[in-house]
Amino acid sequence: MNFQDLSSLRPDLAFIAHWVPNNAHVLDVGCGDGAMLRYLQGDKACTGYGIEIDDDELLKSAQRGINVIQQDMEQGLALFGDNSFDTVLCLSSLQMMKHVEHLLRDIVRVGAEAIVSFPNFAYWPHRVALARGRMPVSKSLPYQWYDTPNVRCATIYDFEELAAECGLEVLERVALADGKVVSFLPNLRGSLAVFRLRKKARSAP
Amino acid sequence: MQFAEPLRLQSGAALADYTLVYETYGTLNADKSNAVLVCHALNASHHVAGVYEGEPKKVGWWNNMVGPGKPLDTDRFFVIGVNNIGSCFGSTGPMHTNPATGKPYGAAFPVVTVEDWVAAQARLADALGIEQFAAVMGGSLGGMQALAWSIMFPARLRHCMVIASTPKLSAQNIAFNDVARQAILSDPDYRGGDFYEHGVVPKNGLRVARMVGHITYLSNDDMAEKFGRKLRNAAENNDYQFDFGIDFEIESYLRYQGDKFSEYFDANTYLLITKALDYFDPARAFGGDLTRALAGTQAEFFVASFSTDWRFSPEHSRDIVQALVSNRRKVSYAEIDAQHGHDAFLLEDPRYMNMVRAYYQRIWEELA
Repeated sequence: MNFQDLSSLRPDLAFIAHWVPNNAHVLDVGCGDGAMLRYLQGDKACTGYGIEIDDDELLKSAQRGINVIQQDMEQGLALFGDNSFDTVLCLSSLQMMKHVEHLLRDIVRVGAEAIVSFPNFAYWPHRVALARGRMPVSKSLPYQWYDTPNVRCATIYDFEELAAECGLEVLERVALADGKVVSFLPNLRGSLAVFRLRKKARSAP
Repeated sequence: MQFAEPLRLQSGAALADYTLVYETYGTLNADKSNAVLVCHALNASHHVAGVYEGEPKKVGWWNNMVGPGKPLDTDRFFVIGVNNIGSCFGSTGPMHTNPATGKPYGAAFPVVTVEDWVAAQARLADALGIEQFAAVMGGSLGGMQALAWSIMFPARLRHCMVIASTPKLSAQNIAFNDVARQAILSDPDYRGGDFYEHGVVPKNGLRVARMVGHITYLSNDDMAEKFGRKLRNAAENNDYQFDFGIDFEIESYLRYQGDKFSEYFDANTYLLITKALDYFDPARAFGGDLTRALAGTQAEFFVASFSTDWRFSPEHSRDIVQALVSNRRKVSYAEIDAQHGHDAFLLEDPRYMNMVRAYYQRIWEELA
């Protein structure tokens, strides 16, 4: 998979891929069909693993030839030691987790750096839907309230607060709409929030 | 194939000379890079796939996995099935003549380990001119052999496929094995292992051993669904028999399995193989640290387990995955949600088969 393929398949992943350095050891938590890792392994000579719970997605990942481990992310990342990865990706998965805070802490435990993305609930069409008294259904939240796998709804501001509580430093914060960066009123105009995080360096004693 | 060079065993004993029976499927390519070794579990043999001419009922034990167009495609790979030493399907075992005494080995056959089997298999590979396998694969006890290959001969396999297996038996596993052994050892027809000369077979012991073993291969749900509390020979009014015969379907099934097994399996082999299972523990030499035990491996790994397998539960496979991840080895792991307990690794399940197929596709693409 080259950059063009990734761009047309998943523009959001293509944007995020820029943040992953060459030769990085990567853990992709909720790797889905494995497109991101396939690209990173090819173009960026990265190594690492994907984690996926869903049988169909797992198979797709295996068919792409990536190293994929079937596991429920709710159980955390106990398989992996502290700081064992350069970058941990958790892309469009966090909103499906019951134990968000626990997973987030685990992500930064096992990785030097983390990149997290999730649908921004404050995206303006969602606000319009709520203003009309209905739950939002959009391209980034394509489910009805009763069948959605997304059990956590957060906005860019909300996530920033949680990150601070977990002792994380926000290195970059970007809102995307259709894979393109939105810099003016991001919490209103961005459908996908992307954060680059790391553990806060301990202050010298 | 006969081997004249003595095989030193882990116990310190040696086999002066021995025969390994093996079967191959497919064609070895010119650079001998497409060979796959399939290791068998407790009661299986070198007959992995297909049927023999004139014996349409003797289907290979992994026929759904191995063959033309199957997940392990013999149109692409050269597959070798080998019967292990101590077994009762042709390779040198306790029923064969001990050259030192001129009588069958019986209980004098040396206790062999998983590592001993792998050492013998490596000699077969040497003899066939295969320096490096594309993959070594096995389920259950066969998976232990695959894992041992990756530790003992790291450079001789590119992929290691460990299915429904474990890096060591639990106390519960060993306990079940010992019940099985005691059943055999306490059968008067066992005759200290020399039953061959007396023209008898410790059938009752073997039967009970198989019944105990079989229970551990099935899941509770599976048994409940297949048999439940269904009565076999219900008296009138669907009542119990009020004796010690067969009341329940499950009793009938287990006894049938036990009877069938005792017809063809060797009691000394059963003792040997359960011991090999009990002893397997590659981390033991590293203070119990599996990560260190696997530090020297070079292969890429495929590990699979089955959710209702309580004999070698998914936790054991996860231990292998964890140790590999700690060593930054390439590993893929599938935890198949299947209801058939330990036996699931031999059964048809599209998720399982597709994952194995996808993995062999990857091996195939590397070859090309």
